Amino acid sequence: MIAYIVRRLLYAIPILIGVNLLTFVLFFVVNTPDDIARSQLGDRRVTQEAIDSWKAVNGYDRPIVFNTKVAGVEKLTNTIFFDKSVRLFAFDFGRSDSGRDISYDISQRMWPSLVIAVPTLLVGILVNITFAMLIAFFRATYIDFWGVVLCVILLSISSLFYIIAGQYLLSKLFHLVPISGYDTGLNALKFLILPVVISVIHGIGSGTRWYRTIFLEEIGKDYVRTARAKGLGEGIVLFRHVLKNAMIPILTGVVVVLPLLFMGSLITESFFGIPGLGSYTIEGIQRQDFAIVRSMVFLGSVLYIFGLILTDISYTLVDPRVRFS
Amino acid sequence: MAVAAAMSVFGVDARLNNPYPAEESVDNIVYSSFSERPKHLDPARAYSSDEYGFIAQIYEPPLQYHFLERPYTLVPLTADGMPEVRFFDASGKQLPDSAEAAVVAYTEYEVRLRPGVMYQPHPALAHDGRGRYLYHDLTAKQVDSLRKLDDFAETGSRGLRADDYVYQIKRLADPQTHSPIAGVMAQYIVGFGDLAEKIKSAREQSGTGYLDLREFELSGVEVVDAHTYRVRVKRKYPQFLYWQAMPFFAAMPWEADRFYGQPGLAERNITLDWYPIGTGPFMLAENNPNLRMVLARNPNFHGEAYPVSGEREDEIAGLLEDAGAMMPFIDKAIYSLEKESIPRWNKFLQGYYDNSGISSDSFDQAIQFTTQGDAGLTESMAERGIELTTSVQASIFYMGFNMLDDNIGGGSERARKLRHAISIAVDFEEFISIFTNGRGVPAQGPLPPGIFGHRDGEEGINPYVYDWVDARPRRKPIEAARQLMREAGYDDGIDQQTGRPLVLHFEAVARGPDDKARLNWIRKQFDKLGIQLVVRSTDYNRFREKMLKGTGEIFFWGWNADYPDSENFLFLLYGPNSKAKFNGENASNYANPEFDGLFEKMKNMDNGPERKRIIDRMVNIARRDAPWLWGFHPKSFSLFHSWYRNVKPNLMANNTLKYKRVDPELRHRLREEWNEPVLWPIGMVGGLLVLSVIPAVVSFRRRERSTAL
Repeated sequence: MIAYIVRRLLYAIPILIGVNLLTFVLFFVVNTPDDIARSQLGDRRVTQEAIDSWKAVNGYDRPIVFNTKVAGVEKLTNTIFFDKSVRLFAFDFGRSDSGRDISYDISQRMWPSLVIAVPTLLVGILVNITFAMLIAFFRATYIDFWGVVLCVILLSISSLFYIIAGQYLLSKLFHLVPISGYDTGLNALKFLILPVVISVIHGIGSGTRWYRTIFLEEIGKDYVRTARAKGLGEGIVLFRHVLKNAMIPILTGVVVVLPLLFMGSLITESFFGIPGLGSYTIEGIQRQDFAIVRSMVFLGSVLYIFGLILTDISYTLVDPRVRFS
Repeated sequence: MAVAAAMSVFGVDARLNNPYPAEESVDNIVYSSFSERPKHLDPARAYSSDEYGFIAQIYEPPLQYHFLERPYTLVPLTADGMPEVRFFDASGKQLPDSAEAAVVAYTEYEVRLRPGVMYQPHPALAHDGRGRYLYHDLTAKQVDSLRKLDDFAETGSRGLRADDYVYQIKRLADPQTHSPIAGVMAQYIVGFGDLAEKIKSAREQSGTGYLDLREFELSGVEVVDAHTYRVRVKRKYPQFLYWQAMPFFAAMPWEADRFYGQPGLAERNITLDWYPIGTGPFMLAENNPNLRMVLARNPNFHGEAYPVSGEREDEIAGLLEDAGAMMPFIDKAIYSLEKESIPRWNKFLQGYYDNSGISSDSFDQAIQFTTQGDAGLTESMAERGIELTTSVQASIFYMGFNMLDDNIGGGSERARKLRHAISIAVDFEEFISIFTNGRGVPAQGPLPPGIFGHRDGEEGINPYVYDWVDARPRRKPIEAARQLMREAGYDDGIDQQTGRPLVLHFEAVARGPDDKARLNWIRKQFDKLGIQLVVRSTDYNRFREKMLKGTGEIFFWGWNADYPDSENFLFLLYGPNSKAKFNGENASNYANPEFDGLFEKMKNMDNGPERKRIIDRMVNIARRDAPWLWGFHPKSFSLFHSWYRNVKPNLMANNTLKYKRVDPELRHRLREEWNEPVLWPIGMVGGLLVLSVIPAVVSFRRRERSTAL
């Protein structure tokens, strides 16, 4: 297994270089170093001298990817791309274009993201499995039909609608929770209820349909027929046999998203004023802060790759038939 | 009830939707919001309203604007009186106060500071028992243990000195500070440019670390004594006094630069741009711009009395009830980040914000217009005791024509008539009504109301676009515009010289669906004249690039006043400020030798009849040449609750938090009244769940018991 993991990690290096290069190219297609400087200095009365000075101080005064003014390997290393990218591989995110330590900001802002994402994931799984099992149990009945219709309706509605409707009903009309905001410690609890409830409801449609499919696939297998033939009740068949085996794809599906929980949700965090990594990424894009955008994309890629490796590992743990090769 | 009980376990207020801790309920706190994180808190760098909303409460320049009096009047803040102004000719001989601007080679401003002004508690000023600074020589190990300013155990303070203001002016010159006004000040303050060069070469030798600016001489600025300093500027430049009311010219102790310049602190996010140090009524107690920013009363504040005079209606409005009382009246101000308008608006209605603007989404809910066109509150707002203030901003949003463009630009009669025709056709009254909910005043020229030189009434209308009918300006009929088009050789939008339709290009920065409606509207306005308008939508960077290169044709832009002087608007049309040629603020690249000559004469004059005559002439020239389609002056609508007092819009002053007063008891009572929890939906949802589970359980049990056959 260790050899497999090492091999996967080595595969990750060219992927990360590619992601980094792509981010870099896309960013600099729409932003020149002058644009970045102006976004930091503002538009009013700013002089070209001030822009040049800012670029020099922040390392944007060099060629972007190829330096013709120097010799040898420096043609590649004495460039904005090399200077801003290589350190990422040591997880040294450096400082944002506004001068903040990005690693520190990430370490501070990942917690609010996690505080929202973890309960959303856990409650969501529980609710989705419950509904999916209920529908699977009543398969081919009107409950199944209307359940699926309801799921399709739920997953067709924009997440913004859930947020606005949730804020309107629970906070504005019924005064049950704060409409937005965040706090630390136990004081955070009252701010979590609404985003978690909304996120869970938003996920019911797609989650329940997916799990229902998994359950129905399992229900049609021979071992279930055997269990029924033994005279086991439908409840025991579902909970003891079907659920156990259906948990393999469910578990692996969950494992792959676990690392990404750190990255937060762009829309939820913005609407609820939660200072997580999702809103951090949005801010970086809006402010044209290349250092933040680059770091967050890199971190997202690393976490995604990590998630995929974890998924592979989890497969072998829950399904002994799967082996690394 | 279960929810209420659960919440009370966690010590949460009985009002479940209260976003603040229950123990704060009756504290003397102002609650407000902000939508954009301030980029800079360093007074040498900050230049936007988002930033001034905070730092103007913390830093104190020598002057400020009178809170109540209009027109806007400068009054001393940390200065002991208004600066003494002396004029000198080129030989250094002092001139009388009435000296003509043309003979004045230098103007000297002598500022005397009031005694007893102290800095807020700050570690940069902390001493040990022997007068040595505690934190000016931190070791690497000490730095490693720091993450925020509160990690410093000790704080200190000291009195404000004249050299603190001089130090700040030197900071403006330091290229590493990146002050946006360094370029402007280099044109005026004697020796400013030389100092910038010296600092630049010193930095090239020493690197980017701390540089003691006290060791550098700035020939035009001198410390006379501990509480007096002089600034010498080139020529006569009356606007310099207005700059003295902006945070750029606030005091900065050298110790702050020395403290924050230590190696390793910037890497740990401990910078002057994040942790201000000022003498103002408030200090930044919490800086978490991703969540909230908290201003707390500065225990060392020197004290300042509420104004005892104002406009006549101020007394009626109760704005003089606190006359002479010592400020500030509140202990704390909590600003929460609200990026979205819906939560912000609802929190205001729930009483959790003391004041609010009005977004387009909420406008109809809040405002109704009388048959006379006056704005008033809707019944639901009035019932809550909410009050409204409106004011025309010292700003202009205009549609600019690139005067370098072959089609639309230039000084030919043909191009001028084309621009006048478009000016008539683009109906800004309609634009204001549709896209700003009536919050604007159509502009008759570059000067907004309230700025010296602006004229109201018939004499103030733009005669090329409006007629004076029934005691009000009326836009000329579209036929007048079509006639101008014919005279310009574009009958029905067809170029008579080429026989081709006239195609113009509008440079737009489009971000969303709202922009599409706006762009369609603009296209229709041009269509009235048969002109085909091609909208070139792009992102802001490309738009800015086009403006810098002068390759755009027609565009929409705006300007907010730095200070209440006509020079600050007319310079937007001054030839040597051309954006394409000189990277200035004249985005339409307009250049008229007569206008430019008058501007050079007017800008250094004191307000008076002669200056007004020149401004009139300049405005008329600009109206005739029409480099802009004058657009509109936005009108701000602000709402505030009955417990929030001393509210008067002041478009120039940013340090107005100290005047505010709240009635926390009234606020608490009304919040309780407005936010009674409605618990029956929880019971209903629970009941529905139970009811829906019962048949499922019954059905499940029936299946379990049923036989296969």
